[in-house]
Amino acid sequence: MRRARFGAAPIGLAALAVLLVVGPCLAGAVSDEEVRRIAAGLRCPVCQNLSVADSPSEMAGQMRQLIRERLAAGERPEEVVAYFTAKYGEWILLAPKPEGFNLLVWTLPFAGLLGGLAGVLLVVRRWSRRPAPAAEAVDPAYRERIQAELERLEGS
Amino acid sequence: MSWKRLWIPLSILPILGLLAYGFRTDPRAVPSPLVGRPAPSFTLALFDGGRLDLDDLRGKVVVVNFWASWCYPACYEEAPALQEGWRAYRDRGAVVVGIDIQDTEEGARRFIEQFGLTFPNGPDPGGKISIDYGVYGVPETFFIDRQGRIRAKHVGAVTAPLLRERLEALLEEPA
Repeated sequence: MRRARFGAAPIGLAALAVLLVVGPCLAGAVSDEEVRRIAAGLRCPVCQNLSVADSPSEMAGQMRQLIRERLAAGERPEEVVAYFTAKYGEWILLAPKPEGFNLLVWTLPFAGLLGGLAGVLLVVRRWSRRPAPAAEAVDPAYRERIQAELERLEGS
Repeated sequence: MSWKRLWIPLSILPILGLLAYGFRTDPRAVPSPLVGRPAPSFTLALFDGGRLDLDDLRGKVVVVNFWASWCYPACYEEAPALQEGWRAYRDRGAVVVGIDIQDTEEGARRFIEQFGLTFPNGPDPGGKISIDYGVYGVPETFFIDRQGRIRAKHVGAVTAPLLRERLEALLEEPA
């Protein structure tokens, strides 16, 4: 029991040393993918409808660099996005947060779709319920005339 | 006229309302959430060699102007007004600070020389200061009160009357 404990201590220390050496390097290496993911959700301030990830502008480049630096400094992605929102307002988010007035943007299309569907159903039902037009009685005068003309045709 | 007939023309109203709202707002304008908040600190390495720390200017009214030498004509229009404002109000406790963004040093120096600018001016390497101020174009100008809070933001060229009006109002406030 004692021996086992003594044996585990050096291993634990070694693991700790490895973590201490590798840890900061891992934190410092920010993947391009992570930077891209954050940049893709931010609106480029100097462009028309382009994300920070897609824009070739100098400002977007600076923003991507800033995202990388902030991640490297240990910030979580949400904190990086919160920084940009604090500076540029919610304007900078390409997708508005689904809360408050913004909820309309998220719900209205579906509400419209459902409403339209309901309308179509209603109209279809009304049409299918309408009785088929009954065979109308033909004016006797017409009937007589047709009869007479048919006879004349056959007779000739 | 029955309600059914009115229904279709009435349904246009909300669409018209939406269009009226949409066409009256400028899609390029980015609202700044920073007005009313403490101005983000920065240290500027000035073109003339010195350093300027915004925190050292606490107690003064500060005009922070973001510009670039490629920003024609707006930055060229406002440069004389800024220089004139600096000259007229520096003795009363106002400071004009120019921050040159996304520019070449050569172009910036030529610009400063062309207008004989004497207020502190420095570059913004990496765009750190401009992003910290939520800048989305040049020129943009921030008015900071004696307490170090951003009180107003102006997008586009500032004019001498505008500068005078804002400075007078902010200088009148107690420190």
